[in-house]
Amino acid sequence: MSLLEIEDLHVEAGGRKILKGVSLTVEEGETCVLFGPNGSGKSTLLSAIMGFSSAKVTQGRIIFKGRDITGLPVDARARLGIGMMMQRPPNVIGVRLGDLIEVAAKNGHGSTGHEGEFRMDSMMDRDVNVGFSGGEIKRSEMLQLTAQAPDLVMLDEPESGVDLESINMIGSKVRDLIENNGRRTSAFVITHTGQIMDFIDVNKGYIMIDGRIRSEGDPREVLDSIKAHGYGVDDE
Amino acid sequence: MTDRKEVEEALGKRAGFGSDVDIERYDEGAKDSQDMGDLEKLDDNLQQRMVNVGVMPDEENRDGTIVFVNNALSHCSNKAQDGLVIMSTQKAMETYDWAKDYSWRAIDPTKDKYTAKTYLEDSDGYFIYVKPGHHLKHPVQTCMMLGQERGLQNLHNIVVVGDNASIDVVTGCTTVHGTNDALHVGVSEMYLGENSSLAFTMIHGWNAKTAVRPRTNVVMEKNSRYVSNYFILDPVGTVQTFPVAFLNGRGASCNFNTMCIAHERSDIDTGGCVMHNAPNTGSEIVSRNITYGGKMVARGRLVGNAPGAKAHLECNSIVLRDGGSTQSIPELVATVQDVDLTHEAAVGRIAEDQIEYLMSRGLAEDEAVSMIVRGFLTGNLEGLPANLKKEIDAAIEKANEGD
Repeated sequence: MSLLEIEDLHVEAGGRKILKGVSLTVEEGETCVLFGPNGSGKSTLLSAIMGFSSAKVTQGRIIFKGRDITGLPVDARARLGIGMMMQRPPNVIGVRLGDLIEVAAKNGHGSTGHEGEFRMDSMMDRDVNVGFSGGEIKRSEMLQLTAQAPDLVMLDEPESGVDLESINMIGSKVRDLIENNGRRTSAFVITHTGQIMDFIDVNKGYIMIDGRIRSEGDPREVLDSIKAHGYGVDDE
Repeated sequence: MTDRKEVEEALGKRAGFGSDVDIERYDEGAKDSQDMGDLEKLDDNLQQRMVNVGVMPDEENRDGTIVFVNNALSHCSNKAQDGLVIMSTQKAMETYDWAKDYSWRAIDPTKDKYTAKTYLEDSDGYFIYVKPGHHLKHPVQTCMMLGQERGLQNLHNIVVVGDNASIDVVTGCTTVHGTNDALHVGVSEMYLGENSSLAFTMIHGWNAKTAVRPRTNVVMEKNSRYVSNYFILDPVGTVQTFPVAFLNGRGASCNFNTMCIAHERSDIDTGGCVMHNAPNTGSEIVSRNITYGGKMVARGRLVGNAPGAKAHLECNSIVLRDGGSTQSIPELVATVQDVDLTHEAAVGRIAEDQIEYLMSRGLAEDEAVSMIVRGFLTGNLEGLPANLKKEIDAAIEKANEGD
């Protein structure tokens, strides 16, 4: 049984058909990367798996741990063990980052007290994401995921908008989260550049184009082919 | 000198804003003083009502406590002693000749029927005086209990902060013994000396039919600072209040922060007015309110009468349920050229993506909404009572019970 199984998923967002029959699997302990040009539907797929209302499933199923979660609310999915790093999480005015991390740990399996390792000590009293830099947002999301310790980690472009110094930290923290002291957490990672693959072992690569999975294979070979030939479509 | 006849005539005078209350429907609340003794020995319900509005029965970390039940002084303690005078207003008038100078000076008894009634009843209340140069370490707490069905509580409170002195006051006003249909009127006069500071946090916990008409004016001297945090979290019948701060001394500054939850059938009309009468004064009026189907009006009036006045008015409302209304009424008035007065307002719902973001960390939807609402109401406010978070959660739960 796969940890995550997506079957013929069709999703609309903003009144447009974005995903047009996506099928894929993430196995227990496996790390998969998802490549694809801008606007191909990668983020929408993660939103649909997380259950965000912005991504409306019109057909198909999402199976997690053998259970059909297609109709489950977001929090139920989180408690089943799905955790996500958003690319652009919303500002939540009035909610302290420290408080959010505390409840994330309470509802999850991870722990608090890691802010020092993430150089986030001074940010714990700040309102979540308000005025955060690109790197701070990534570190904040990773800190929340560390508190949550999900069984499936979904990362939406963990390296985007981050300076070089922060990339090393984010990369090593992503590795820690996935390696999880030898227990290997499953991960599903969107990457544009493949940069994150310098930090983590990846088992499988998918390419998504125009709402469909176009190919699947060894992630390094997939990346090399993209670097050599592009996606074969215009990157928007 | 106040003309008593004029005040009697004012008994028929409606307030400038809000719905009218028929005072005649209510009986003057009991005035016979009875000492409650040790607050920790009161029955649990009563203690709980106190805690709900930020008043600590154990009086720990409080420099003084004064409790009124209906119109009667029922408890008074002073742990600060040196530097602090705390007693009933009437006793203060008997004890200190100078106290009379502060009585009905900041508020005109003929303002409306509520002030007139309070004046004509020669109402008692709390009197707090901080001697010049004294900085109280802990807050003083005052508790106004309304415990008489169809009763009228009309209190006359006076706070005087001497030059170079500072004090924090936590005031909790609440119905007790299941009282519901009753009227609370609190006339409060506050006087801040030069370089003094007063942080005044008021939490109201009423019942679904209670009518509430606080009347507060603050007179401020040079470089003094006044901060008011006013919370209405529980269901209430009607509230109307429009406190005024007179910044009469150069460099004085004040903040009016009002945080309200308008439950179904509650009718709340609040706000504040700041008169910038001296040069280089500053103020901020902030209103954050949420309607669960109740009616909410948030007023703000900034008047720049002296050069260098800088003031900002901010009003944010969240509509969590249909059936009520929310309205913000900002007014900016300038009578001289060198003033800087601004306002901003926003009305809307809580963004779905924020709720879902918190849910993706495992919070149930109602927990996510509560967390956002709590943050919306209390974010960036300092010195709030520790139990406020719990009270806000309890109030949100009450609102949700109406589903």
